[in-house]
Amino acid sequence: MDNDSLKARILEIVPEAQQEENKQYLTILVPAAKLHDLALKMKSTTDLAFDYLICLSGVDYGKQLAVVYHINSILQKHTVVIKVKTDDRINPSFDTVSDIWRTAEFHEREAYDMFGIRFNNHPDLRRIFLEEDWKGYPLRKDYVDEVNIVEF
Amino acid sequence: MTFNIYDFTSFNRWIDEGLNSIMSPTWALITEMAIIGIVFLLFYAIVGLFLVYAERKVCAFMQNRVGPNRVGPYGIFQTIADFIKLLMKELVYIKDSDKLLFNIAPFIVIIASFMALSAVPFAKGLHAIDFDIGILYVIAVSSLGVVGILLAGWSSNNKYSLIGAMRSGAQIVSYELSVGLSLLTIIVLAGTMQFSEIVEMQRNGWFIFKGHIPAIIAFIVFLIASTAETNRGPFDLAEAESELTAGFHTEYSGIKFAFFFLAEYMNMFLVASIAATVFWGGWMPFHVSGWAGFNTIMDYIPPLVWYFGKTAFIIWLMMLFKWTFPRLRIDQLLTLEWKYLLPINLVNILFMAFLVLMHWHF
Amino acid sequence: MKEIINLPVSKIEEEEYHINMGPQHPSTHGVLRLLVSLQGEIVKSLKPHCGYIHRGIEKMCEKDTYPQVIHLTDRMDYLSAHINNHAVCLLVEKALEIEVPERVKYIRTIMDELTRIQSHQLWWSSFGMDLGGLTCFFYGLRDREMILDIWEETTGSRFLQSYNCPGGVMQDIHPNFQKKVHAFIKTFKKKIKDYDRILSGNVIFENRSQGVGILSKEDAISYGVTGPSGRGSGWSCDIRKIEPYSMYGQVHFNEVLRYECDTYSRYMVRMQEMHESMNIIEQLIDNIPAGDHSAKMKAVIKLPAGEYFQRVESARGELDVYVVSDGNKTPYRMKFRTPSFTNLGVLDHISRGMKIADLVAIGASLDLVIPDIDR
Repeated sequence: MDNDSLKARILEIVPEAQQEENKQYLTILVPAAKLHDLALKMKSTTDLAFDYLICLSGVDYGKQLAVVYHINSILQKHTVVIKVKTDDRINPSFDTVSDIWRTAEFHEREAYDMFGIRFNNHPDLRRIFLEEDWKGYPLRKDYVDEVNIVEF
Repeated sequence: MTFNIYDFTSFNRWIDEGLNSIMSPTWALITEMAIIGIVFLLFYAIVGLFLVYAERKVCAFMQNRVGPNRVGPYGIFQTIADFIKLLMKELVYIKDSDKLLFNIAPFIVIIASFMALSAVPFAKGLHAIDFDIGILYVIAVSSLGVVGILLAGWSSNNKYSLIGAMRSGAQIVSYELSVGLSLLTIIVLAGTMQFSEIVEMQRNGWFIFKGHIPAIIAFIVFLIASTAETNRGPFDLAEAESELTAGFHTEYSGIKFAFFFLAEYMNMFLVASIAATVFWGGWMPFHVSGWAGFNTIMDYIPPLVWYFGKTAFIIWLMMLFKWTFPRLRIDQLLTLEWKYLLPINLVNILFMAFLVLMHWHF
Repeated sequence: MKEIINLPVSKIEEEEYHINMGPQHPSTHGVLRLLVSLQGEIVKSLKPHCGYIHRGIEKMCEKDTYPQVIHLTDRMDYLSAHINNHAVCLLVEKALEIEVPERVKYIRTIMDELTRIQSHQLWWSSFGMDLGGLTCFFYGLRDREMILDIWEETTGSRFLQSYNCPGGVMQDIHPNFQKKVHAFIKTFKKKIKDYDRILSGNVIFENRSQGVGILSKEDAISYGVTGPSGRGSGWSCDIRKIEPYSMYGQVHFNEVLRYECDTYSRYMVRMQEMHESMNIIEQLIDNIPAGDHSAKMKAVIKLPAGEYFQRVESARGELDVYVVSDGNKTPYRMKFRTPSFTNLGVLDHISRGMKIADLVAIGASLDLVIPDIDR
């Protein structure tokens, strides 16, 4: 399916979605509340058939925290980028997609570890790389570590 | 042909009479025991060290390496250096381990292999004790070692050790059957359990030739089962280093570890020497009945050369196994024993008994 | 121990116990810790604990310029260092819309395939070792040495080459390069038969690996198990075929697929891949076009603001680089989707109900590299 019809199909499911500019893949910004619903439909609908979550990355855009999903369909051979953003930097949380794509379980733990983004209904949300008692979330832009990070 | 130029019986009698002439019979007996003890201790250490060296060289040969080559010519003193290092190492005591059992375990393992060695005939007249139930004695004593292994695993307070020990227990108890039954096959042929008589009966042909098909089957079964019984690869599940780090001896260090190590090699030597004695004629030279001239020439080769040559060959075979095959899994190991080796063995005994009844052996 | 002894018999049968495989354990090949719940010898469940060598490469990347980032990528999956470099270079070139010379594409592809071969050789060595066949280890390392020698001559380094740079490669290939690669392929085609003889055809090995660690195609896709492990489940996930880069669109090679879904099929995929890699190298090595070894690049590389994504096929699966750029000379956010990290996620699922010895075999068949997990 080409990008235009993909966009149309996704807008059918989530009318509030907006397209973001990207040369490579169709990138769509989705309200956080609609994420799980969209993901479920994207996987189960036969003409979309997004069955492979390539990559799940947390991003700190300064004011906002975001999670970026690169999703691919093996059968239909198309790729889409779904983004969710939140302004809440104290308690950011999104719905988990680990029940839809099992690979998200580890990636979401990583995003939680590095950005402090909580994923609701995640089966085992613990820090994955850092110790349990680590303070702060290192990949956030406002993270300060005076000992280990040297500013030039 | 009863004459043997390499007969140790007269030598033994000479020592016995000499000792009896200078002291009372009780003291003479005690002195003889002490001499034998010291000789065996030395022999044990030398063979153990040599086998470690040999294994490293064979393994290096298999793996495109040189092996030990720094300490002494061709690295022959490497194992001695290693042994000295192990002697000087600290003995680490494990918290919450069962101290008594932890300390006893290596001794049980090493004593079991030491005791079994005493019944092995090295040459005519050259054995510590010549039991009339020699084979039974060796089987019984050598399987005592598993007690030491189980204790070591249990008392270490380490889960890996415990798993290793339990595996080892299951393994040795199972394979003991095959070892026993394959030796029994030969006992059916020989009609005796005394080592000296078994060797003497092979004067005009080794049992593996005399008993032809069933004897060869029994030998192969014995080789597999005894490799498993000594916990050597591909059956080294008890110490499977990639799964259990080092299995039952994970927590041992220094000389206690060396005891386990040495006992493993001595068990291998023991098993090989029993195989050589029972199947390949022990110290008996290669004889073909009817070829008197050939037999006389063979008699001039000392029995110790025959004995160690055969043993070394079987040890070499076992080393090749270890460095060629990957390891079995515990359920596959037990399947091999109970579903294949044991039925084969039982049928083989019947076959051998039938053969003996019909006088179809040579 | 005392508590267990005092339990009633029915309780003892239910009792699970936990062992820590790692951080120091011979078969985890690094500092990975698996908390394994056992019932007897049978694995009930397993929790991977990683992060023992987490170095924060993604955070470091945010302070480094793009040429510097390349040196960090070497340290992720050290066995496919060259492919990691390649991924970042492709991403930078795509963002800057630079066309690299043909010669560079050839060199990079050959180097990638050499990397794949040596990585699989090391994997084969350690696979044999994990199953108790220690001799395999030396056979594999002996042949791997030839590739390391080739690299040493051309790139100046044997292990972490950092040979790629944005726009091309650091220096031109050594005059002996082609000759030595030919020699290697000639030798290795003979030696790989030994590999099959000592491990693949062995009865014990087949019993140990067949039917062990079944990973269905659906699960492989859902868990994102890519690379040879995914292809062992019949999932055609080779990025070299899906999104060809460098010379992969123009060479002929088969994507190795097997459908048994077990440890043995993952093993056979890698063995076949070594043949395919040699096939690719043979097609390219004699035809390297003359030309410059690098495109003309500005002294300071600044990516235009935007988001970029690059997929490559590393030796153990799909490696993705995701960059958010704000137009500066350093990336705003750089994310590596590493194959070992995602492949580790499936370990619990496929090793349940297997024995400890199987867990070792499964772990070896997934070919995990710990720095690649931890980054």
